[in-house]
Amino acid sequence: MGNDAVFRVGGLRKSFGHIEVLGGVSLELHAGEITVLMGANGAGKSTLVKIISGVYDHAGGTMHLAGENFEPNTPAEAIRAGVVTVHQNINDGVVADLDVATNLTLDRLSGKGAPLLFNPGRVRREARAVADRMGLAIDLKARISDLSLADRQMVAIARAMAHQPKVLILDEPTSSLSSAEADRLFALLDRLREQGVAILYISHRMSDIRRLADRIVSMRDGVISGVFDKKPLDYEGAVNAMLGRKIHLDRIEVRNAAKPVLTIEGLRIAPGAKPISLTLGDGEVVAITGLVGVGKTALAETLFGLRKPLSGTMRLNGSPYTPASAGEAIAAGVFLVAKDRGENGIVGGFNIQENISLPFHKRMSRFAVLKRGLERATARRQIADLGIVCRSEKDEMTTLSGGNQQKVMVARWMAQDARLFILDEPFQGVDISARRDIAAKLRASANGRATLLFVTELDEALETADRILVMSEQTIVGEHRNADVDLDRLLAEVAGGPLHSAA
Amino acid sequence: MTLRDYAIRYGFIVLLFGLIAYFAIAADGFVSPQSAVFIFQSVAITGVLALGVTATLVVGGFDLSIGSVATSAMMAAAYVMVVLEQNVVVAVLVCLLIGAIVGLINGWLIVYMRVPDLLATLGMMFLLVGLQRIPTEGRSIATGMTMPDGSVANGKFSDAFLALGRHRFDFFIPNLIPVSVVVLIVLAVLIWFFLEYTRFGRMMYAVGSNERAAELAGAPVKAYKIWAYVISGVFASIGGILLAARLGRGDIASGNNLLLDAVAAALIGYAVLGAAKPNAFGTAIGALFVGILLQGLTMMNAPYYTQDFVKGVVLVVALVFTFALSGRGRR
Repeated sequence: MGNDAVFRVGGLRKSFGHIEVLGGVSLELHAGEITVLMGANGAGKSTLVKIISGVYDHAGGTMHLAGENFEPNTPAEAIRAGVVTVHQNINDGVVADLDVATNLTLDRLSGKGAPLLFNPGRVRREARAVADRMGLAIDLKARISDLSLADRQMVAIARAMAHQPKVLILDEPTSSLSSAEADRLFALLDRLREQGVAILYISHRMSDIRRLADRIVSMRDGVISGVFDKKPLDYEGAVNAMLGRKIHLDRIEVRNAAKPVLTIEGLRIAPGAKPISLTLGDGEVVAITGLVGVGKTALAETLFGLRKPLSGTMRLNGSPYTPASAGEAIAAGVFLVAKDRGENGIVGGFNIQENISLPFHKRMSRFAVLKRGLERATARRQIADLGIVCRSEKDEMTTLSGGNQQKVMVARWMAQDARLFILDEPFQGVDISARRDIAAKLRASANGRATLLFVTELDEALETADRILVMSEQTIVGEHRNADVDLDRLLAEVAGGPLHSAA
Repeated sequence: MTLRDYAIRYGFIVLLFGLIAYFAIAADGFVSPQSAVFIFQSVAITGVLALGVTATLVVGGFDLSIGSVATSAMMAAAYVMVVLEQNVVVAVLVCLLIGAIVGLINGWLIVYMRVPDLLATLGMMFLLVGLQRIPTEGRSIATGMTMPDGSVANGKFSDAFLALGRHRFDFFIPNLIPVSVVVLIVLAVLIWFFLEYTRFGRMMYAVGSNERAAELAGAPVKAYKIWAYVISGVFASIGGILLAARLGRGDIASGNNLLLDAVAAALIGYAVLGAAKPNAFGTAIGALFVGILLQGLTMMNAPYYTQDFVKGVVLVVALVFTFALSGRGRR
């Protein structure tokens, strides 16, 4: 462990428009050490990485590499100076149609001093040298598109390492790898650590973090909220610092469930995952929380008929419920407000009114002809109900703020009565007042259905739900009544603690 | 609304009327019922094809095979009547069936085989261009032709079929409006009503704008896409029937311009009334626009080879209207 930081960031600031994304971030990386950076979505991790790797410029603060001022204007400059980044999307790091050898030496094909002609022999020689240094056992003549994701990842990292960097940044490198593939990556990282590279490793996966971390840095709302470097590392403290907890929560009146609406037994949503059993009652709001990638969206999609469970049964109002498509789920009264509204919800070519009526065309038409009067009346009622700020129901979606767009998405599915109402990350990219409005509306209208929210942020669960379930490793690991929550136990469950100690 | 909004919304309509006014002054006899009917007749077949391709544009696709579907339907109609000596009903049904089957195959290639729409329909275009020539070994079909096996085809186009291309309805003036124009207007109203007012049309727009959102709203997205190609195929085959009825023979050399003219009309339609999206009304206006332009140029004795150039200019200008000025390019 070197005591002198190889790479040092001090008071880094960055704003997009009026929104401050980084509010003075200071960070040190040491040679031969893996520093894990944790943070929820929107905490500013990606922005920080992009500034360090020369994609964005920064508004305030300093960066030093080995004592020298480090001010990259382009990604190429950062790489030349010795700071190399492997981005989250594996295919951004490799060219699929070229072979491994060419990929490993791709950066030497252009720039100063690059030869005019492409010499396959020389490329293969140089690539062999790079591969040997990294202990990479991949056929250099293979095309990238024929390789597994893990092998592509290895090539991307090896390509990055061909520059012999002092600092290596990995942005969620295991997010699309299996655990066996991840193990290969970890072995490679161990090797690099021994070679004295300072590594910044960004991840949500607790198992990765436990395996690799020498230090953990937690980020929240654009600032560093905790640094953990005392052995043994305080993983729960790091999760707590990342998710945060505010003391001034709006207390909610916790209700107990009446008769059951949805009963799930022995549901398995991923190979090797433990089965899930749960009951959702009429009138209650249940939040399922957990880190990114623990299977929250997979569970939501299973309930909504978008994917088939591996095993287990679901019953809705006592009768078997086996939706084969979203259409069948909707017909059964199960509605889903999908996460990432821009991708999965908003129809860009439609105005507010047309966006709201989208799932219920059939109920709003006669002989297949839409009743436009009914459509307009429904939209107006929903706009008033949820307090959507707009000029009229004919406004384009692009004229609305993020919070109001999300309200339209919620309004869409509240236009008809649901039996089970699922919302996946409904507060993502939503300002605090819109978030309060939506949560209050959900609670006020909860009778007559079961409401299920999937949220990463603990605050959102504590503010909205009667009951909080914790997910980890594709299954449910804890349950809390939201009246006197034992936050330490809850955080331990989020961090996957008990599961590991039991194993 | 700002001046810019007005320009986007009404620019093309103003241009259309400006064009009419210009030709009215510059070209003798441009303003007359006969001239108007001639324009409609000249755009009837491309208009029908353009309305069909509009349906595929609505779901975010594209159909390059419409021209060859039309000519295949024309050859099939001729073959059925001249060689197989069948009646008008059989001929029409065979054509419609060909259109529907090609549409189904296109949709299947695109939805299930994941072939990009442009490539799938381009491949289908080449396939059909070849296929329609196989039965007669590349010869045009007309009564009395010699078949590959040496026999002589004795069937002929039935009068009822030819009437589809040649009969004219009385409209104030006797024998004014051709059947093809009536077909165009009926189909235009039908597809316009379908796209604008039915839930199927609305969902097709949703599929074209955000497929994933439409799917999560419970729509069978794949079925919608396939249906769009079936509509396109059937409309193209109707265009082919009208073409065969007008020519009275299965002419392998005809119909070369159908694809480009129809696609141009549909894309010009994006700019009409600032819709910035495919729409039936715009497509009809787009087809009319091209027809008026060509008729005017012809009456002013512009050489034929300038026509393609002018069409291209109009298309490019219309696309600039749609994508740059309104800033709503979605694809």
